[in-house]
Amino acid sequence: MASLRSFLRSGKNAVSVVLRREFSETSPAAVQVNVRDALNQAMDEELERDERVFLLGEEVAQYDGAYKVSRGLWKKYGDKRIIDTPITEMGFAGIAVGAAFAGLRPICEFMTWNFSMQAIDQVINSAAKTYYMSAGFQTVPIVFRGPNGSSAGVAAQHSQCFAAWYGHCPGLKVVSPWNSEDARGLLKAAIRDDNPVVFLENEMMYGVPFELSEEMMHKDFVIPIGKAKVERQGTHITLVSHSRCVGFCLDAAAVLAKEGVECEVVNLRTIRPLDVDTIEASVMKTGNLVTVEGGWPQYGVGAEICARIMEGPAFNYLDAPAVRVTGVDIPMPYAKILEDHSVPQIKDIIFSVKKVLNM
Amino acid sequence: MGSGRLPKTIVCEHRTSLHPQMHVKTIPCKEKNIYEQDPDILPPSGAHLRWTEGGQVVSEAASVVVSSRSYADFTPEATFDIKKVDLHRLEEGPPLTSTLTREDGLKYYRTMQTIRRMELKADQLYKQKIIRGFCHLYDGQEACAVGIEGGITLSDHLITAYRAHGYTLTRGGTVREIMAELTGRREGIAKGKGGSMHMYTKNFYGGNGIVGAQVPLGAGVALACKYLGTDQLCVSLYGDGAANQGQIFETYNMASLWKLPIIFICENNQYGMGTSVERASASTEYYKRGDFIPGLRVDGMDVLCVREATKFAADHCRSGKGPILMELQTYRYHGHSMSDPGVSYRTREEIQEVRSKSDPISMLKDRMLSNNMASVEELKEIDIEVRKEIEDAAQFATTDPEPPLDDLCSHIYANEKSFEVRGATPWTKLTSHS
Repeated sequence: MASLRSFLRSGKNAVSVVLRREFSETSPAAVQVNVRDALNQAMDEELERDERVFLLGEEVAQYDGAYKVSRGLWKKYGDKRIIDTPITEMGFAGIAVGAAFAGLRPICEFMTWNFSMQAIDQVINSAAKTYYMSAGFQTVPIVFRGPNGSSAGVAAQHSQCFAAWYGHCPGLKVVSPWNSEDARGLLKAAIRDDNPVVFLENEMMYGVPFELSEEMMHKDFVIPIGKAKVERQGTHITLVSHSRCVGFCLDAAAVLAKEGVECEVVNLRTIRPLDVDTIEASVMKTGNLVTVEGGWPQYGVGAEICARIMEGPAFNYLDAPAVRVTGVDIPMPYAKILEDHSVPQIKDIIFSVKKVLNM
Repeated sequence: MGSGRLPKTIVCEHRTSLHPQMHVKTIPCKEKNIYEQDPDILPPSGAHLRWTEGGQVVSEAASVVVSSRSYADFTPEATFDIKKVDLHRLEEGPPLTSTLTREDGLKYYRTMQTIRRMELKADQLYKQKIIRGFCHLYDGQEACAVGIEGGITLSDHLITAYRAHGYTLTRGGTVREIMAELTGRREGIAKGKGGSMHMYTKNFYGGNGIVGAQVPLGAGVALACKYLGTDQLCVSLYGDGAANQGQIFETYNMASLWKLPIIFICENNQYGMGTSVERASASTEYYKRGDFIPGLRVDGMDVLCVREATKFAADHCRSGKGPILMELQTYRYHGHSMSDPGVSYRTREEIQEVRSKSDPISMLKDRMLSNNMASVEELKEIDIEVRKEIEDAAQFATTDPEPPLDDLCSHIYANEKSFEVRGATPWTKLTSHS
């Protein structure tokens, strides 16, 4: 019965969910949902819940979304609420922010976050800073979302990670989900948040299925922005990561466990505000830290985490210097062999852990 | 205008070399000695003028009746010829006449004078280093802000760039809170957090520092008006310098596609900072730059022209026809900002010529006086009241305390419980309140 309820609740993707359920070995009432569908369902539910929510971006309506994340939404909600824009990021991002000024709750999709650079002034100067400049008079309840970071074979101009760029700016919230639970709960939280939220998805995660419990499928399931999650308990070393690299950390942890090294894996979930408390508590427990991210090393997310650990109580618990595993400090090449060596691999994480633990 | 005695018949020439389209207009003089004294001279110190119920102005110090004019003597309204508007993709334009009531005339006069005096006071305070940073003054352009507001209502929306003090006033801000914001005090309209370029009131979205960014923002506000099914529109202003920004053309496109209720207004004051329009734009016909968007080119020094054009544009939007573009030909007396003397790229003669022939406040004053819609004394009384208001506001703005340090980290996020903010050192832990 519970499975029927969650089947009905999942709406649009009911058919695919049922098919998957037949072949899965999940516990009763849990469903397999991939990240794309989790995002889709979250938007669908929030569009239904609040009339002021609407989606705009390139190809979001009649094309069903460049990556099919908004599939079915235009058919259900129509032109007023799902708006196809011309290829004019600066213009439509500004329009989205203005709509937020005037009381709507826009979701502004960038086809990839690389294109947001055309509109970055609107995100930072018009959205992020306005509440402060107006001393609390003008709110900006907007979500900017889209795929971030490396994809597969899309080369340098389409592969940049913007977590550090946007994470740098006060006034923004910056969120980077890993799995379907994250995607669903954080997107709902972002849409319900009265502040500008930068929502960094990952194209390579869209098709990956994860189990969602009945509780997670509830219409009001939200994950608090600004709280990290310990995905795996461990005792010897802390691995802190976000987005797709969380999965790599868990894979590395599984390999290391065979050699008796128990890694604690922390999924940041939010880049800004950074949950330093959870990281510190973990480091104070394990005594060692490796950060893992897809973005470039210089002035990156890992750099910030290491600096904060240095400055806080956890420093005294470190048995070795904290280190970072990052994307290689180059524009992303195209050839597969080169691309594979431009991003952090599981073996890089394992290698770094062993170095830190002096194994 | 307004400098010494003038002959009985006054020929008011509103023509400058910059605006060749303006024609000479003659206002027949109905009254001799309209200007009995220079309106800019204050009454002798110590004297206090006040109105009696019968409309008499009495000087308390001298107990002399300065004039005996009752309100019933004044013309309640008059119709004026206004300059024809240049049209782009429009069959018809705004009317060629405008009817002004005495009440509206006095209101526009007072508001324009308030803006003028407020900006001049800001100039003073800036030179005394009480105002710092950026300060972009609006004197000369008053007819634009006041005329636009005369064509819309406060339930409509408006957004502009950084030359925003005048609009903050017409959109409901008080002189006090505007000046206190310029001096960075806690009672400033943005509690001292925003400064000259970041003032907000209801349905007024600033005050924006990044040239051109306000235009798509305004279209977003217009989208919200349409989305929410209201009859409201958004006026989105930009200057001749901003008119070449790509994002403005992106906005023209989307506003037209989606028929957004937006009035694009280009305040062409002939110079983008130090660059004249001829040096910046391949086409200086800004009212045509919207291409597929209908446009009007309007005399921005005439508050009635601006008002009629705005009403016309507002009707256009409200009837669902989509966007429309107005170019207001205007002029700023000051330089681009307080750090620009404004004479390296234009001549003092040019500035003086505009001041003497096209000043918006003088133009309105001429009209009202020569049509018996107000008396010299009455307008002078308004001047005195305005000066007092500005003085009081300036006094307040220089004595009000600065914001408390507790406020440093506030207003980062809305509707959020308090959280810690890193200060300049790792040991400095500050708190943010919503």
